[in-house]
Amino acid sequence: MAEVKGFVKNIGWPRIIIAIFLLSLFIVAPIFGVRVDTSIHDVIVRFGMNAIMVLSMIPMIQSGCGLNFGIPVGLVAGMLGAVISIEFNLTGLSGILVAMVIGVAFAALFGFLYGLLLNRVKGDEMIIATYVGFSFVFFMNMMWLVLPFKNPASVQGFKGEGLRVTISVEDYWFNIFNNFLKIDITKYLSIPVGMILVFAIMALFVWAFFKTKTGTAITAVGSNPDYARASGISIDKMRTISVMLSTMIAAVGMIVYEQSFGFIQMYNAPSAFAFPSVAAILLGGASVNKASITNVIIGTILFQGILTMTPSVINSAINIDVSEIIRIVVSNGMIVYALTRKGK
Amino acid sequence: MSETEALLEIKNVGKEYDGNRVLKDINFTVDKGKIVGLVGENGAGKSTLMNILFGMNVIVETGGYEGEIYFDGKKVNFKDPVDALNAGIGMVHQEFSLIPGFTVAENILLNMEKTQQSVISKVLGKRLDTIDLPSIHESARSAIDKLGVQLDSQSLVSEMPVGHKQFIEIAREINREKVKLIILDEPTAVLTETEADILLKSMRRLADMGVSIIFISHRLREITEVSDKIVVLRDGQVVVETPAEGVDIGQVAKWMVGRDVDTENIKTSKVDKIENKEIIMEVKNLWVDMPGETVKDVSLKIHQGEILGIGGLAGQGKLGIPNGIMGLFPSGGEIIFEGKSLPLNNTLEAQKNGISFVSEDRRGVGLLLDESIDWNITFNAMQIQERFIKPYLGGLIKFRDDKAMKECADKYIDELEIRCINEKQLARNLSGGNQQKVCLAKAFAMNPRLLFVSEPTRGIDIGAKRLVLNALEKYNEENNTTIVIISSELEELRSISDRVAIVCEGKIFGILPPDAPVEKFGLLMSGIHTKEEGEK
Repeated sequence: MAEVKGFVKNIGWPRIIIAIFLLSLFIVAPIFGVRVDTSIHDVIVRFGMNAIMVLSMIPMIQSGCGLNFGIPVGLVAGMLGAVISIEFNLTGLSGILVAMVIGVAFAALFGFLYGLLLNRVKGDEMIIATYVGFSFVFFMNMMWLVLPFKNPASVQGFKGEGLRVTISVEDYWFNIFNNFLKIDITKYLSIPVGMILVFAIMALFVWAFFKTKTGTAITAVGSNPDYARASGISIDKMRTISVMLSTMIAAVGMIVYEQSFGFIQMYNAPSAFAFPSVAAILLGGASVNKASITNVIIGTILFQGILTMTPSVINSAINIDVSEIIRIVVSNGMIVYALTRKGK
Repeated sequence: MSETEALLEIKNVGKEYDGNRVLKDINFTVDKGKIVGLVGENGAGKSTLMNILFGMNVIVETGGYEGEIYFDGKKVNFKDPVDALNAGIGMVHQEFSLIPGFTVAENILLNMEKTQQSVISKVLGKRLDTIDLPSIHESARSAIDKLGVQLDSQSLVSEMPVGHKQFIEIAREINREKVKLIILDEPTAVLTETEADILLKSMRRLADMGVSIIFISHRLREITEVSDKIVVLRDGQVVVETPAEGVDIGQVAKWMVGRDVDTENIKTSKVDKIENKEIIMEVKNLWVDMPGETVKDVSLKIHQGEILGIGGLAGQGKLGIPNGIMGLFPSGGEIIFEGKSLPLNNTLEAQKNGISFVSEDRRGVGLLLDESIDWNITFNAMQIQERFIKPYLGGLIKFRDDKAMKECADKYIDELEIRCINEKQLARNLSGGNQQKVCLAKAFAMNPRLLFVSEPTRGIDIGAKRLVLNALEKYNEENNTTIVIISSELEELRSISDRVAIVCEGKIFGILPPDAPVEKFGLLMSGIHTKEEGEK
């Protein structure tokens, strides 16, 4: 009994409940005529699409800036990279790499400014970040209309200026990572090795970074700012670095998502990623001030698993669309759960 | 003292916090209309005793107290401060509890207002009675008159000087109809000398009116001047209970700090030898803006290889000195370290120059509670001296050297006898003494040339205290590292230091050899200069 209790305490109730729920969905799926292999395929693909965005939470959590509700700042940078790359008519691998380089460059700039702002609101980072995310998205909504993009593939057809709401990447770099080293297992189940590999490389980079001197200092800043200050570390500098890093990873995450999705969703789309990404890492077991790559992997699989399985299984079972409700309950519930545990 | 005269009688009172004995077998009496001066060092048990008397919650929550208290002839055991207030005990705390936006009169009569019925209150109950302002001012004025001070009952508290606020607090206590005993906890600490004199006169007036007073102060002059009786607490025991008549300040100081047993522990004076050595650090006119520990003007010469003790009562600024030099609080002045000027307000530069600091705020500043022991020990050395870092790919990537960190941590765990499971245990899960050892190890790992250690034994048990002090002494001997140790415990300073500097009111009041007579230390702590010691 004690072992069971220890196990529960280690893993945490939210994870256990969600995992059991997800497992039961897989078990009952065939009863309602939902193919299990298709479902697994979807979960893996959605994991690959979202994992890097969830990964981008880590630096800011570790430095004590809290959960990055301002992830749209990074996502917008990624979108900028993507549309600029398309503007140059670059296709294939060079197209997506240029998109990433440009996106990361913008993310570094945005992240720096975003970091400066967060340094002025210590203690209230999360609420300020939420507002920054929203207002930045709306600012960029104006920019998307005004910036001088010319490529017919991305501007609004009827007037030849201003970007479309969705821009197809079909002719540019659609599925370029998904199809790299793809393994087909069944007709419906294939593993997008390339996309998983990109996540692995990013994760390795984050892991390595936190083994360096700077990474260690960032962790100390998040763990106890006064301790770090007494060691002669510039808290503001470390926090700025972490925010820049988070923003840059988010930009890469956005582009990886787009190449799999097939479209660049413009305008308000980035706002839709903030809560799910935050909820995923929390579901993975991260707290407001400690997160690891394991948290990212577990959390993304569980969260995306629920998102994939509920529409197909539950909707076929009861013919009512509850998937959206479950998504909202899970993501917001996880965030509330984690915030009540802040500082423990 | 006959039985009839005693208003308050404390019999065999004792108190333990989690097995830590803070009061033992306290006996004394307070007579009607008399002033009892209660003195003792920080941590002697004054506050605990007053908390017991006033029925504060901390006492009940931690399992009550032993012994008996008789008040006005009846045995009492107050469960909360309201009980004590109803019985006729008033207390004036060190911190003001006044509402700044209210007038003097409103503050004095807060929750004791005289009220008038109105139409509304007749219908809706007593809580909606209107306040009778004129009668409030009248009774406030009479309370103020009793004190013999000039205060306008109509003015706002926020616009008053600090000194007056203290009088308002006292006026509030004496305004209670039944008040028989007032406890004044360091009432003069925030007052200027003239204000303090007025307060002392007011106290005398009150006593003559039949109110008993327990007066707590570290200003011994005031104690001997105003008290009828002096009670000295030391290490949780009453060491002296004596009529104040004919007692001089030096005597009280000796009672306050002197311990009977520990004399053989005191280091013999080596001041002459120390002062021939070269100066490692010279501090000139240092000021530090550290809340609660303000340093006003400290000049100090620290000699190579010595252990310099800095003592003084809490709040006098001794903690501000190392915190200021290390750049943790805004500071100014001039510091010359090893012949070069050291920039102030720059923690990194100070540490790079070979100065280390063990903070008094162990859990707040000293440790990464949620990280492992090896991180805690090697972090500073890694960040400041680039140690415990291993280059890969020809120096392109530099990773933490986890193996070297473990070795270093294991070495100190062994040397300092840090009791833990292994070097990966989180600092949070260690006991206070072991946490302190981790803090020391962190400083030692830097190989400092000058080490500031602030309150190294605060909040740890006696066995661990000795270990910590021994470790410091050993480190000083083996590495010839200059150590400046700041502590509230004078005995501790005298047992380890080569010289002891006493800080009072933000200044170095004097430097004494450790084997100087104990009353001299007591006098310096109380801010009284004797002729001989002067400036060194």
